[in-house]
Amino acid sequence: MKKIIIALAFLALPGLSLAAGGEGYPLEKAPIDLHDKASLQRGAKLFVNYCMGCHSLEHQRYNRLARDIGLTDDQVKENLIFTGAKVGETMKNAMPKADAKQWFGVTPPDLTVIARARGVDYLYTYLQTFYQDPTRPFGVNNAAFPNAGMPHVMWELQGMQKAVYEVHKDAEGHETKVLKGFELVQPGSMSPPEFREAMVDLTNFLAYVGEPIQLERQRIGIWVLLFLVLMTVVFYLLKKEYWKDVH
Amino acid sequence: MANTQGTTGLLGWVDERFPLTKMMREHLTEYYAPKNFNVWYFFGSLAILVLVNQILTGIWLTMSYKPSAADAFASVEYIMRDVSWGWLIRYMHSTGASAFFIVVYLHMFRALIYGSYKKPRELIWIIGVVIFLALMAEAFMGYLLPWGQMSYWGAQVIINLFSALPVVGPDLSVWIRGDFVVSDATLNRFFSLHVIALPLVLVGLVVAHIMALHEVGSNNPDGVEIKKVKGPDGKPLDGIPFHPYYTVKDLVGVGVFLIFFAVVIFFTPEMGGYFLEHPNFDPADPMKTPPHIAPVWYFTPFYAILRAVPSFAGTQVWGVLAMGGAIVLLFFLPWLDRSPVKSIRYRGFSFKLALAAFIVSFLILGYLGSLPTTPARTTLAQVCSVIYFAFFFVLPILPWFEKTKPVPERVTSK
Repeated sequence: MKKIIIALAFLALPGLSLAAGGEGYPLEKAPIDLHDKASLQRGAKLFVNYCMGCHSLEHQRYNRLARDIGLTDDQVKENLIFTGAKVGETMKNAMPKADAKQWFGVTPPDLTVIARARGVDYLYTYLQTFYQDPTRPFGVNNAAFPNAGMPHVMWELQGMQKAVYEVHKDAEGHETKVLKGFELVQPGSMSPPEFREAMVDLTNFLAYVGEPIQLERQRIGIWVLLFLVLMTVVFYLLKKEYWKDVH
Repeated sequence: MANTQGTTGLLGWVDERFPLTKMMREHLTEYYAPKNFNVWYFFGSLAILVLVNQILTGIWLTMSYKPSAADAFASVEYIMRDVSWGWLIRYMHSTGASAFFIVVYLHMFRALIYGSYKKPRELIWIIGVVIFLALMAEAFMGYLLPWGQMSYWGAQVIINLFSALPVVGPDLSVWIRGDFVVSDATLNRFFSLHVIALPLVLVGLVVAHIMALHEVGSNNPDGVEIKKVKGPDGKPLDGIPFHPYYTVKDLVGVGVFLIFFAVVIFFTPEMGGYFLEHPNFDPADPMKTPPHIAPVWYFTPFYAILRAVPSFAGTQVWGVLAMGGAIVLLFFLPWLDRSPVKSIRYRGFSFKLALAAFIVSFLILGYLGSLPTTPARTTLAQVCSVIYFAFFFVLPILPWFEKTKPVPERVTSK
């Protein structure tokens, strides 16, 4: 078992370094809980308010979302649909892709399965590590995704932070600046703990959207395993009975 | 009208017109298998189980999948979200692909340790290696279908290997793709080959594999021929009818296998990125090359051999040849291994050492093939590649100094 865990850990390594663009800013573990429906609802609200102008969830249906996170279709229609979409439709937005590429340099990607592509820890870290950088087009850079094309959409909530660097000197006296942390220079409408909680909710929401069936899958899995174990015991007893006369 | 099987009624009617009872007897109730099969002998029947799983889930996936560059990625998510039980069918298929290679690799390992490829079973082995090749082609083409970044760039890298071949290479790779890059045309033809051409070939080969096996009879962990010692009734003394003995025993194997299979499907379908690679959840983008392209785990040993061979005389073709050679050499195994002793139980230390080195180098190559290269890793991959190939060249000379033990007349229990 230990070996399997180690093997899996090794496997995750290239994936993580890939996700972080190889820059090596440490990813923070996202304390998400898919059972927490209130958190998923808050995450959905944050997503439609702050993300969906640019990022679609084009494989996620509104009514599936309603059913899975404990809302009624009407609640979703009133609170989460701003585009005039029907509740049975998927969560697309109205931004023309070609224009978006002009504005941001890249088309903002669809985020339906982003949690599966990048991992929740990456998303959680990415969302919290925007910092002031006047050399970038929108005045901000990101620690988890250096030179990201995205502006700091939630600066009103988080406020604006600046990067704190540590200077490392190697044996030959070359100095390298290593990003160490952040310092809030302009407070937002949320306190740092509140913003952190909000980003847990948003990450949680994206983790759900990545694979809406996952909780149900695990629930069914328990029963399937119980059945299979029982079946195997019966098979084993059957085998023993038949093989009694083989010497 | 009586028939040769002595059956009457409806079955008798059928048997007069079709060899139903005859086949049942030849392949199940009167097919005598050695009674000393151990755990290694489960993987043949499990491979059939996985093949059936792949065909059935594949049929249902095909009902909702759209083989076009514009729709493929979205149709997979449609299956995962909107098709009833689509997620289960898809995970059974994606996990089944990896499970297929796991059972086939273990099945091949069994052949190596008990000398199942040796006379008179050379053809069973050769058909088996062809099945392995067909399976690799099947898996490779299937992996393009989700149209994610790894699907796309993995296919791009592998098809480009053909362009390293002299003279015909570049034209050949364009012919395979149907375009100058991997595109809609490539996806469509891979779909066709994946859902009909190769499954047809695979099923045919599996039938041939089993027919050849039943013609000569199964080997066993002692590597003795049970047909040599027969009772007065003409049946092998160490043989037992496949049905019911091995059908009920294989059911236990099926149960245990399904438990592992279900754990992956229901609790870790991505298997930490081994069975479903994380970057494959990004839709294919011909303009964006991923920083690290790794094939799925079952190809990584051969991929590592490919990368380990340096380019020479201005061409990369040597790596491609080495990778091909690593598989082609398997065909010659029955003649490269000249020892008359089949089972590892009665073979000498030198064979055990050679086989262990071969297996360990294969596993290390598999691990290295999944990682980006560094100079140290490339050196290690080169060492392991040399050991891999050395195995085939050491085998013919082993009998000169290998001290084998006497092989018993009859099978031993346990």
